[in-house]
Amino acid sequence: MSATPETAPVSPGTGGGPLLEVDGLRVGFATEDGRVQAVDGVDFQLEPGEVLAIVGESGSGKSVTAQTLIGLTRSPNSHIEGSVKLNGEELTTLSEAQLQKVRGRQIAMIFQDPMTSMNPVYTVGRQIIEAIRAHDSKVGKRDAHRQAIELLEAVGIPDADRRVDAYPHEFSGGMRQRAMIAMGLALEPSILIADEPTTALDVTIQAQILDLIQDLNRSRGLATILITHDLGVVAEVADRVLVMYGGKVVERGTLTDIFYDPQHPYTWGLLGSLTRLDQPRPHRLPQISGAPPSLLNLPSGCAFRPRCPHEFGKCKEVPGLEARLPEDPNHRDRCWLTAEQKRRLREVEGRIGLEEPRG
Amino acid sequence: MLRFLVRRVLGAIAVLFAISVLVFLIFNVVPATNPAQRIAGKNATPQLIKNVEKEWGFDKSLPEQYWTQMKLIFTGEVKSYNAHINVDERIVEGIPATASLCIGAAIIWLAFGFLFGYLSAVRSGGWLDRGLTVLALIGISMPVFWLASILLYYFTYKIELFPPSGYEPLSDPGKWFSHLILPWISLAVLFAGFYSRVLRSSMLDVMNEDYVRTARAKGLSQRRVMVKHVLRNSLIPVITLFGLDFGVLIGGGAIVTESLFNIEGVGLFTAEALKQQDFPSIMAVTLFGAFFIVLFNILVDIGYAYLDPRIRLGASAA
Repeated sequence: MSATPETAPVSPGTGGGPLLEVDGLRVGFATEDGRVQAVDGVDFQLEPGEVLAIVGESGSGKSVTAQTLIGLTRSPNSHIEGSVKLNGEELTTLSEAQLQKVRGRQIAMIFQDPMTSMNPVYTVGRQIIEAIRAHDSKVGKRDAHRQAIELLEAVGIPDADRRVDAYPHEFSGGMRQRAMIAMGLALEPSILIADEPTTALDVTIQAQILDLIQDLNRSRGLATILITHDLGVVAEVADRVLVMYGGKVVERGTLTDIFYDPQHPYTWGLLGSLTRLDQPRPHRLPQISGAPPSLLNLPSGCAFRPRCPHEFGKCKEVPGLEARLPEDPNHRDRCWLTAEQKRRLREVEGRIGLEEPRG
Repeated sequence: MLRFLVRRVLGAIAVLFAISVLVFLIFNVVPATNPAQRIAGKNATPQLIKNVEKEWGFDKSLPEQYWTQMKLIFTGEVKSYNAHINVDERIVEGIPATASLCIGAAIIWLAFGFLFGYLSAVRSGGWLDRGLTVLALIGISMPVFWLASILLYYFTYKIELFPPSGYEPLSDPGKWFSHLILPWISLAVLFAGFYSRVLRSSMLDVMNEDYVRTARAKGLSQRRVMVKHVLRNSLIPVITLFGLDFGVLIGGGAIVTESLFNIEGVGLFTAEALKQQDFPSIMAVTLFGAFFIVLFNILVDIGYAYLDPRIRLGASAA
């Protein structure tokens, strides 16, 4: 695994453009109750070596976005529009066989629940070997086995030469997630998509896994898309953040932008509902009232309108994802309020938050 | 493993003992004709009947009768009431025919069950799936006696493609095969349809598992995902069914098929024994059948541990 020098250019063959470019991505599913527009126009770019966090509640479309990148949402019931370009190559129009070469080799993905994400009937090593040999059938079993041990060592699994032949149920949750990451690294991909990688883990283990992801990101220049609902996780590792709501990106900016100068009321709500140890404890944790909208029946205009205490007449129109701060063209949001109003309204009891709804 | 086997073998002996007692009691409690009277014949004098009772031990107490009966069965000396033939020998003679029928049919139904189930699951919701579903339901709905009669009528009478009935030993493979092909089909159709449905639904469940998504995300081919991850994890329900079904059939349960095709196997012998209420024969075939059902259940449990490493044999013995 020493084959990747630490300074290697992660995006070979292109003149320094974005590694991954997503443009106008829309994913809809035909269901018995009608069409569900799970992702409704998502654009972003991923630069080599950066960590991009996609944040949102359940049903915001973040996981569907991530899975669509490598074609896992393709099915007779799904309808995918827009463009996903990896090093300039369009992925959405690739055949299933061509996509198989991208999966694992260029873009690896790990999932939320390491308990269920590994096949219980095969040893951990065999599942890693399978990934290696799926992409390069010339690798002998013995070599692949040795590589699997090295990978497990690289993600910090002790006793790797013995543990390689253990079954997933003989691993702890954190170890399993490490093994999943090892499997993801097997073919030295340039992008790792981590879909809620720490949600099912204890807080201490969670921190270890995040450290590991950050390590890999730095030492291998592994660009990472981190899907999460937990802003605490985001704060630890992300360079840039997309906030999603109702299938749309509602705010996009650097980590500092999102945490210190959030523009969208939904982001305020997410920040306000974080527990903080440096503040006097409130009686109840603040929450965003109401529930995320049904994707079958999104409200017209701004999708956050029914839950937003600051709603006004203009919100009946869909706001575009625009740079609304003249000094920062890369910080974009979908909210009609003026920058002045936002600065005033987001202050709740001395910190950023969302007011309780009126009435 | 050893602990598991010891425990299961002891359990099996207990089950067989319970079954033998049950059958014995049922036969002695349910009012049937007096066996001594039947052995003695229609116009027997009371004295003759008494003599027969004494000779066969019907005048002894029930536990004594039970004990004698069991001893005869397990020493291979048990005689039927009617033809006075040796029951154990008769069962042993029937084994090759029954085994030929059941093993051949099992190969056919497993092959088609797996093929149709797999294709149905892979193409679920499509036309192939719908077609195979209809086919499977037709197969499941056709009674064996009806299907066997139809096959016999068309393939041995209308077009004389196959010999009508009987069993030929394996020493002449051509004859053996041509005599068995219709029985195999009539026995296998029901199971093939049923197994394909079970496999299909089991595979559709497994397809929603997270590890299948992981397998796809690794870049495995669709076929590899289906065979190595989905199919492999869908086998347990099918193996469970197979253990039960095959155990029943090989233990003499293919009564209808063996009777209709006049295959002199254990099933046909069972049918005759039941018809004549011949107690020694019924007792012997019941124990013979129960033995195979118990045996295949143990084999199924061993199969589970092989299929799923999370299942450890004997782990629950503590």
